[in-house]
Amino acid sequence: MNISDARYAGLIALAVVLAALPLALPNAFYYDVAIRIAINAIVVIGLNLLIGYTGQISLGHAGFFGMGAYSSAILTTHFNWPPLVALIAGAVAVALLAFLVARPILKLKGHYLAMATLGLGIIISIVITNETQYTGGPDGITVPALSLFGWEITGEKSWYGVVAVLLVLLTWCALNLIDAPAGRALQAIHGSEVAAKVVGVDTTRFKVRVFVLSAVLASVMGSLTAHYVGFVTPGLAGFFHSIELVTMVVVGGMASVFGSIIGAALLTMLPQFLSTFEGWETVVFGAILMLAMIFLPKGLVPTLRLRLGKRDA
Amino acid sequence: MLAQFLQFLFSGVTIGATYALAALGFSIIYNASGVINFAQGEFIMLGGMSAVFLIGAGIPLPLAILLAVAIAGLAGLLVEKLAIEPAKNAEVVTLIIITIGASLFIRGLVQVFLGKGTHALPPFSGDTPIALLGATILPQSLWVIGVTVVVVIALGWFFGRTLLGKAMLATSHNKLAANLVGINTRMILLLSFGLAAALGAIGGIIVAPITYTSYDAGVLLGLKGFVAAVLGGLGSGVGAIVGGLVLGIAEAMTAGYISSAYKDAMPFVLILLVLFFLPRGLFGAKLTERV
Repeated sequence: MNISDARYAGLIALAVVLAALPLALPNAFYYDVAIRIAINAIVVIGLNLLIGYTGQISLGHAGFFGMGAYSSAILTTHFNWPPLVALIAGAVAVALLAFLVARPILKLKGHYLAMATLGLGIIISIVITNETQYTGGPDGITVPALSLFGWEITGEKSWYGVVAVLLVLLTWCALNLIDAPAGRALQAIHGSEVAAKVVGVDTTRFKVRVFVLSAVLASVMGSLTAHYVGFVTPGLAGFFHSIELVTMVVVGGMASVFGSIIGAALLTMLPQFLSTFEGWETVVFGAILMLAMIFLPKGLVPTLRLRLGKRDA
Repeated sequence: MLAQFLQFLFSGVTIGATYALAALGFSIIYNASGVINFAQGEFIMLGGMSAVFLIGAGIPLPLAILLAVAIAGLAGLLVEKLAIEPAKNAEVVTLIIITIGASLFIRGLVQVFLGKGTHALPPFSGDTPIALLGATILPQSLWVIGVTVVVVIALGWFFGRTLLGKAMLATSHNKLAANLVGINTRMILLLSFGLAAALGAIGGIIVAPITYTSYDAGVLLGLKGFVAAVLGGLGSGVGAIVGGLVLGIAEAMTAGYISSAYKDAMPFVLILLVLFFLPRGLFGAKLTERV
């Protein structure tokens, strides 16, 4: 089987699973978990384009997620903007911010890049916590339901439909992107930035673009989360949320679109199972993170692929 | 005016000394292994929390402090042995996540066994403020500054005069070459985690009477220690100390003159500005990337 055939087989499998899942979901609680998985998966696919494919770490993407969530929350409640306009405004603001900081930040490498992105995320979350008159501070604020062209999305089933369609669309786009010249340019930057430059890749421009793209995806999903949950708190933009997102990328598999979805699914479900460990959740979560990284340093999907003897996909 | 400025300066230097000790821990581990240890903050917390509970168990202060430093040092050795060594050739992101896993593990254990409460350690020699040039300074602040100076001098002696210290320096310069001249670099790596954890714990203990401590106190302290280490230039000892002090003073001045709500944002604004203009920090080595 040809490599791209295998990829599109994966895409069809994903669509089939998402379409069949409602038959297997017994109640609203499971729908809720499925919706959160899909939302995280979309953010993680974007982040994987940056971290896994291009090799640029970000420990601050929850900041962009939080900016999107709070843009929707604030613009719809304080200024009565229509939700879709608020969502787009948030995404534009995030795109501008990401574009402005991308050049100086992406000049940095390794730990310095980790530091800078971490700092950016923390500054955003501190601003959200402190600007109480708009954000409600640590208590958060409520957000009205999402209505699109007169259709109000409420209830788990409608939300599931929306995020499942988005996830399939985004997976399709991501699969196309990584095989397109732009995607190959990104992977060349990961291999060696100097070599990529030598063969004529405008490395700075590609790094800036993928950074902005992943930030905007995080922002849009932040907006959707705000409307879906109906409530936003500063934790959405917090350092720990950034770490969760990066962990999903790495556990699922760097430079693997389907790995991102699996990583998002595993790490979104994990806390639900861990709640049975009353009080020990953090200990167990930490232990699982360490074990997963020690035994599967390349992440689940790439490791399985190696075991199954396929060279690349 | 001057008195107020001095007051902010004193509190900045005090907290800056803790950041400096944490930053030294980051730099020591970074030099030995190239790893950024996100569990460094938990060692700071572990030092403070252990000391609080040992004193609560009736152990006298000096012994409690020694034991608390030993507990954190042991935790550092265990993290290296059980989590870092088995994953030795992993990518940077993977190692970062392992140390984050370790930090959650430690924080979780402290939360389970010692609870979620906030605790204060008794000041080492009373809490009558000392008047100085119109400002006042707590005796504990003098302890913090004094202990930090002693630790820095001891480290200078260790790295400059002892065979083990020189072996650690040699490993940080060139691991392969150090290995070739017979230095056990694996042992050096283990040792650097123990040393970094002990340094963090000392910082956590001496500052605990002023800032209090709790199971989650290490998160922000660790991140700011990382900022201080990067500010000074990763891997530079002088840089870590200067970075820590600059950070502490900048934070205290922000709290005093601008806004106390935004004092925690100051270190991160500062580091972004510094990295924009000096991508390797204030004292970082000018490296040329090998292709």
